[in-house]
Amino acid sequence: MIEQLYSHLIILPILVPMLSGALLILFSQRNFSLKFGISVLSTALQFAIAACLLLLIERGHWQNGVGVYLAANWIAPFGIALVVDRLAVLMLLLTPVLGLGAIWYSWVRWGRVGVHYFSLFQFLLMGLNGAFLTGDLFNLFVFFEVMLAASYGLVLHGYNSARVRAGMQYIVVNLLCSSLFLIGVALIYAATGTLNMADIAARTPALATPDRHLLHVGTTILVVAFLTKSALWPLCFWLPTTYSTASPPVAAMLVLLTKVGIYTILRLWSLVFSVDAGSSAGFGASVLLWSGIVTIGFGIVGLIASQDPGRIGSYSAIVSSGTLLSIISFGQTLTTSAALFYMLSSTLAVAAFMLLVELIERIRNPAAAMLALTMEAFAIGDEPGESAGVAIPGALAFVGLAFVFCAMIMAGMPPLSGFLAKFGIFHALMEGHEETSMGYAGWTLVTVIVVSGFAAIISFMRFGVRTFWASPIAKAPRLQVTEAAPIFALVMICVFFTVQAGPLKRYLDRAAASLHAPQGYIHQVLSHAAVPGPGGAP
Amino acid sequence: MEAVLAISIGVLFGSGVWLVLRPRTFQVITGLLLLSYAVNLFIFLMGHAKLNQAPITPTADIDPAQFADPIPQALVLTAIVIGFASTGLYLVVMLASRGLTGTDHVDGRESST
Repeated sequence: MIEQLYSHLIILPILVPMLSGALLILFSQRNFSLKFGISVLSTALQFAIAACLLLLIERGHWQNGVGVYLAANWIAPFGIALVVDRLAVLMLLLTPVLGLGAIWYSWVRWGRVGVHYFSLFQFLLMGLNGAFLTGDLFNLFVFFEVMLAASYGLVLHGYNSARVRAGMQYIVVNLLCSSLFLIGVALIYAATGTLNMADIAARTPALATPDRHLLHVGTTILVVAFLTKSALWPLCFWLPTTYSTASPPVAAMLVLLTKVGIYTILRLWSLVFSVDAGSSAGFGASVLLWSGIVTIGFGIVGLIASQDPGRIGSYSAIVSSGTLLSIISFGQTLTTSAALFYMLSSTLAVAAFMLLVELIERIRNPAAAMLALTMEAFAIGDEPGESAGVAIPGALAFVGLAFVFCAMIMAGMPPLSGFLAKFGIFHALMEGHEETSMGYAGWTLVTVIVVSGFAAIISFMRFGVRTFWASPIAKAPRLQVTEAAPIFALVMICVFFTVQAGPLKRYLDRAAASLHAPQGYIHQVLSHAAVPGPGGAP
Repeated sequence: MEAVLAISIGVLFGSGVWLVLRPRTFQVITGLLLLSYAVNLFIFLMGHAKLNQAPITPTADIDPAQFADPIPQALVLTAIVIGFASTGLYLVVMLASRGLTGTDHVDGRESST
């Protein structure tokens, strides 16, 4: 009986944020501490659930490390299946960690400037968790829309004309993407007659040639939608404007949103176009590789040209997307696991940097920050934002050190996790290619990644020197514990990854191995039996 | 039948793309609406256009070729709802932008010409 109940854990990462988000709507903004408490509790609960799922998978509770939950109890190709495997659990763990950081940071000010901030935040988490868990394409669309609808609201949070302008462009880009998404889904349905990812993968090898072409066209259109979200060049022009104008905790979560696109591509591509896929195997790999490399190039130019910390963070996100997509395209276990390590460390570092941007802005231009505060204070009500939390001494030293740590991780300098990630990537590219041998593509990628690290160093150093050392107006900012702590925590997680790199890497190796042997996934999803009804009938 | 549908999808999509690229927010939102119509029709056509045929059958003992595919219809329904909601949200943002900047240009300011 208990064994049966375990599988219900799989749907909880979607239900918990949905219910708590709905609950939060009921409380007025006056009960701010209560709202804050509920959202922290709900996010922590999501983390606990993801940790339980991780334990269940690691203890071999589910065969092949793939847990399946049949919503409404219809068997797989017909009903809605939720699937959890090692990669999904990894993302399910990362989401509430970033979420907690961002919510914690919102305590002082950002949670107070709008009305339904915490509800939107929970709905965003719901969409993210759903996108990681879903086993069929149309539900992926639905969860993407949930996530995007919440992110539209959050991008506009802290309402001013710059945010409305950026939000308008962000919404149009994403609505266009949704259209492409639907066209892609329809074409894939036309070609294979199914929307379940495992079923698509099972049918791909046996497709007739016209249907196969239709599948290729459909996937290409679908992937354009994901690539726009993950900001591949030339589909990334919306990103710097949106990220640098969004409020800091929202920008930190948006960093994860680009990774959702990458997650989906990794999932679909390794499933549908695996080595078993007959003549479709590895479809589009070279496009991913080369456009990834061009994206890194674009990011480098952007990094060097940027003066504003928000834009530096945005271009770092673009560089990280490009690096990830081009490494994923090698489709080997070693490269994928290196890519996953890089994704973890770069996501956390860029998110921490996005939170840090606001504090840095206070050093650079205290007057402007104060002005912005008063302009946005219309919704704070009777409680002034500054009174929350305790101001800490040594603020300048903290901001400076946090900046150095983030910069080191993003640029990939030793001894932090960014270096290990890059080292892992180079190692995988050079070692893992006995059969394919590292061709000029691999060497180009290595070169570009090295140059991107160099560009990041230049950009961060120039910015750091100007802000912390050479600035005539550098003045210790007012800093609250609740603003510093989440940044510290996110950076410390990266330090933890550095110390515990061995166990983490072994886990990622297992995740990548099961990703590149999709038979286990397909078998688990398609053979999962429905729960028998009370009368014995299925 | 399919040719008519295909041509209408093409016309809708083409006009939609052209309108989305225009500088006024009202044109953009009209374009987005046309695009979503085109996409919805497209999903319908993927179920292979069939006239006067039931999508759901009471018995299992049938020839599937005689029936319309119910899944695209379900998908279209969901897509319409979601598309409608997000377009409505865009409308609100558009009005907010009009109120804040005093112009309906997508950049929030008139071009310098």
